[in-house]
Amino acid sequence: MILIEQAKKIFHTKNGRVTAVDDINLSVQEGEIFGMIGYSGAGKSTLIRMLNGLETPTEGSVTVAGRAVSKIKGKELRKARQEIGMIFQHFNLLWSRTVRENIAFPLEIAGVNKAVRDKRVNELIELVGLEGRGDSYPSQLSGGQKQRVGIARALANNPQVLLCDEATSALDPQTTDSILELLVDINQRLGLTIVLITHEMHVIRKICHRVAVMEAGKIVELGTVLDVFRRPEQQITKRFVQQVTEPEESKETIHHLLESHPNGKIVKLTFVGVSAEQPVMTELIRQFNVDVNILQGKISQTQNGAYGTLFVQITGDATEVDKATAFLDAQQVDSEVITYD
Amino acid sequence: MIEQWFPNVDWEKMWEATVQTLYMTSISVIVTFILGILLGLLLFLTSKGQLWENKAAYGITAIIVNVFRSIPFIILIVLLIPFTKALVGTIIGENAALPALIIGAAPFYARMVEIALREIDKGVIEAARAMGASTWTIIRKVLIPESLPALVSGLTVTAIALVGYTAMAGVIGAGGLGNLAFLDGFQRSRTDVTMMATIIILIIVFIIQFIGDTATRKLDKR
Repeated sequence: MILIEQAKKIFHTKNGRVTAVDDINLSVQEGEIFGMIGYSGAGKSTLIRMLNGLETPTEGSVTVAGRAVSKIKGKELRKARQEIGMIFQHFNLLWSRTVRENIAFPLEIAGVNKAVRDKRVNELIELVGLEGRGDSYPSQLSGGQKQRVGIARALANNPQVLLCDEATSALDPQTTDSILELLVDINQRLGLTIVLITHEMHVIRKICHRVAVMEAGKIVELGTVLDVFRRPEQQITKRFVQQVTEPEESKETIHHLLESHPNGKIVKLTFVGVSAEQPVMTELIRQFNVDVNILQGKISQTQNGAYGTLFVQITGDATEVDKATAFLDAQQVDSEVITYD
Repeated sequence: MIEQWFPNVDWEKMWEATVQTLYMTSISVIVTFILGILLGLLLFLTSKGQLWENKAAYGITAIIVNVFRSIPFIILIVLLIPFTKALVGTIIGENAALPALIIGAAPFYARMVEIALREIDKGVIEAARAMGASTWTIIRKVLIPESLPALVSGLTVTAIALVGYTAMAGVIGAGGLGNLAFLDGFQRSRTDVTMMATIIILIIVFIIQFIGDTATRKLDKR
């Protein structure tokens, strides 16, 4: 659906040349939710803008839904843009138009007649759950509702691709979740390909199928969300993964656990995919004569399965404890005995 | 009682002068609005980072606007006498005042239009581009509607300045309340005529301000 080949973008600024996007190759499949994560200045914003021609690559090519977006201009580019929806961090609604009129705007641009426009707007209002708010102005809506209008507007011309530029970064956590659920729903119902950029790993975990980690204009890591969570290779990726998996598991708390539970062994279990649903703990307790004390844990759902960590203290006869840890090693669970380091 | 306070006022002449002032003001406001929007759009669109970014075009427009905005109005009228004569055929009367009024006010309003357009959130323009809107559509459906309250409040200020300009134009023969106050009031030492003309000008200004404020408030949905 999307193919980026050797794309490069160089900006000439007062402080010299800045390479915002550095030789990126990427393909996104139809129906996929693809996430790009990076800190600000990593080039993700420039990259997503290449997908609808708001930025043209200095070198390389960008193809979206069979159109060479990086090559076309004028009328042809405007036509292509009508088939690529985009939503924004600050919603970018027209305050002078009501919700209905905002959603109708891209239809007006596409030259759709009034009767068809009205019908389509009604469908979209229902799709994003804004029934009854059609005649409100954006200033009368909450952030989450504004983003719903943004989504409805982006979907008006039945696009094949939806671009999300930090779409939830200005929203509170609860609203973020409801917007993300809406995006997954749209992805499943309409088979829409979604490309999103964010700096929040939570967003990637919650809805993406695959993720690219960007740093200094390059993609430094790419894979399915579960794989990247399981085996983050780059330092930057590990930091992002820690945003969601280990909020309370800093070194300090691990030391604290070791101090307050001096007996037996403390094991950190990492559950990935299918194994997260297997009753590993039950098996452990049934088969071995040990006591298991759950100290702390967190299991998160991703689009390709569950992922999580669990800290347990295993006490009992030393050989039994050893056998128990050996059993855990044999399971589809990564286990690690924690010691002072 | 009014007769007592304003013994020298010829009410028929006063009414005629008021109509002349209103005529000059309204025609010049309409033309200034159109010209100012065009010039303001040109200034905005050719400025840095905008859709038609063009240093030369911006520079030339900005110089023209600044020059005409800086010339004191009374001098501008004198400088424009040959131009007015060629265009209108005379330098006396209400129509002869119009070229100077418009050329004096349009650059002033153009700057206000430019400022109003700059206030529009860049993201909204980007969103319209991302939807495949042409520049013409962006002007018509984004730039003008989104800046409308500021355009209207700017026009209010300009219209009030124009009422003042018509009075100045009156001194050199354009007719209207300024002319009446100067010839009938000042030169013949009839203070009451000058006072009455002033009161009527004040009322006109208050009415313009009221209409402008109300319209701005109604249009602003932010």
